[in-house]
Amino acid sequence: MAAEHQINAGFIPLFDSAVLVAASEIGFAAREGIDLMLSRETSWANIRDRIAIGHFDLAHMLGPMPIACNLGLTPLASDTIVPFSLGLGGNCVTVSNALWAGMAAHGALPDLDPARTGRALGALIHERAHAGRDPLRFAVVHPHSGHNYELRYWLAACGIDPSREIEIVIVPPPFMADALAAGRIDGYCVGEPWNSASVVVGTGHIATVKATIWKTSPEKVVGVRKVWAEKHPDALSALLRALHHAARWCQDPANRGELAAMMAQPSFLDLSPAMQMPILTGHLALGGGAELAVEDFFLPFGKAANFPWKSHALWFYTQMVRWGQVKHSSAHMALARDTYRPDLYRAALKPLGVALPGANAKVEGALTAATPVGSAGASLVLGPDGFFDGRIFDPDRIDDYLAIRDWAMPTG
Amino acid sequence: MRRDDCANCRRPALHNRVACAKCGMTRKSLAVLVIDENHIRASIIEAGLREAGHEQVTVVHDVAGIARRIAEIEPDVIVIDLENPNRDMLENMFQLSRVVKRPIAMFVDRSDQASIEAAVEAGVSAYVVDGLRQERVKPILDMAISRFNAFSRMARELEEARSELENRKVIDRAKGILMRSRGLSEDAAYTLLRKTAMSQNRKISEIAQSLVTAAGLLDPGES
Repeated sequence: MAAEHQINAGFIPLFDSAVLVAASEIGFAAREGIDLMLSRETSWANIRDRIAIGHFDLAHMLGPMPIACNLGLTPLASDTIVPFSLGLGGNCVTVSNALWAGMAAHGALPDLDPARTGRALGALIHERAHAGRDPLRFAVVHPHSGHNYELRYWLAACGIDPSREIEIVIVPPPFMADALAAGRIDGYCVGEPWNSASVVVGTGHIATVKATIWKTSPEKVVGVRKVWAEKHPDALSALLRALHHAARWCQDPANRGELAAMMAQPSFLDLSPAMQMPILTGHLALGGGAELAVEDFFLPFGKAANFPWKSHALWFYTQMVRWGQVKHSSAHMALARDTYRPDLYRAALKPLGVALPGANAKVEGALTAATPVGSAGASLVLGPDGFFDGRIFDPDRIDDYLAIRDWAMPTG
Repeated sequence: MRRDDCANCRRPALHNRVACAKCGMTRKSLAVLVIDENHIRASIIEAGLREAGHEQVTVVHDVAGIARRIAEIEPDVIVIDLENPNRDMLENMFQLSRVVKRPIAMFVDRSDQASIEAAVEAGVSAYVVDGLRQERVKPILDMAISRFNAFSRMARELEEARSELENRKVIDRAKGILMRSRGLSEDAAYTLLRKTAMSQNRKISEIAQSLVTAAGLLDPGES
């Protein structure tokens, strides 16, 4: 039987494309009457261009990318909406062996504690500056990415000015480990498996992780061409249901082996199944023999991971303003907020009777422990969702948040 | 002063030609940088640019050290193949004032959707320095699109010719097996392959491949 809907989607070889890949490979899309055609791309710019001209109806995207498109910050921008998030967490900050040795001499321990490692890095950076050495060079995957913003947030809270005291360059994820090994960069922030890739070959140490800088924080999303979504509401609804089932399947520990084998294939990540396990278990080898289990390291489904929170969109927006990518205005803020579409998520999933959050936005950093929340129909657990520096992001008080000038944590 | 204003009289040059329309002074030609990991395709583009009268063409295959090259060359137009995984890095670099004197942005003619689509489909994009006039860039992009398409066509034809040759070889071997094992003439062997392919709704080369594989399994000396 021919599929009811034909959907073309692009993705980048990163583990957090797993929900899209599982929807296609395990048959969740087909069960909803969708022929989901996946195309692997080599750059976020290509994803953006192919969405803009309609080659793709939707794609695996960096959470801030659709917002940047709608704000006109990118060439070939087209209106893009976010009705589904592909997961929470999953990134690490990896540094070279030499940099780790320097940080360790200033008190860094292999415990991933962002405050401790950040303080050590700050001391080292200031020592290097005094000695007149070149600034350290860190890489992220894109200027409009969670990686760029969480790296900067972490450094700034630890008293390091990321715009002046280090250099930040862009490197594609699969090239990060090589760039680090070759000494072209001193550290990087990227999603898995590209951190473990450096640890396994002994050329890097994982210094800290996204899941400790900001617990249960947003990462990749499904970005959808707005014109396509408006023309094909039924196809989009069916796809969101397929992704929901795929995400639940990805989260289930019983499926880890199959999921790792699926992502290991040459047409997806082309790396051994063993390399897919750290992100699935949260059990990370940090380098130099140290290992640590990280709670909620990557959540493809749990804790409302797929809900496109407007507070996530707005936090990304505040970082664009903070780092000079866009000027703050109520019109810009509204564009950012309206990019994320929890209404479409709710409408598609309501018939399934699954747990849905009661609100469209939340105060980020308010939950210090896992908390059951009231929701339609079934129980739902959220949080902890705290920032490591203890700050709170209230989406109703953006101006106050943007007015903060001294972001450094108290020392001592 | 806009980058493509006349360097002599400083008035906007009205036409895309070598001499300034206002004062007749010869204009500085555009510096074009081609970034393409594919050496053959890059030289095809370079030849096209030179034929079109562009003298300052630089070709780079490897993006290592690209920031320094860009600072040296100060390109007006950069042509990049879309398969280059470093596009995000390059786009970011084009915006950084410590690398480029003026920001470089993707060339997008908003009035010409077809041309945008043609470029993405061909797998090429052009980036231009801020302030450069559209009519001076469009011919470069158009040329790049047609040369990229010509290259893809050439690569496809080469691949087809190669697989055609492979098919013919495997059919010859299958015929040989039938001639030896069934005592058929060459024509009869071919007719048998063709009939079998038709009745199974498969290609002759597929049937031939199955036969060669099967023969190899039954008699290792045969394959």
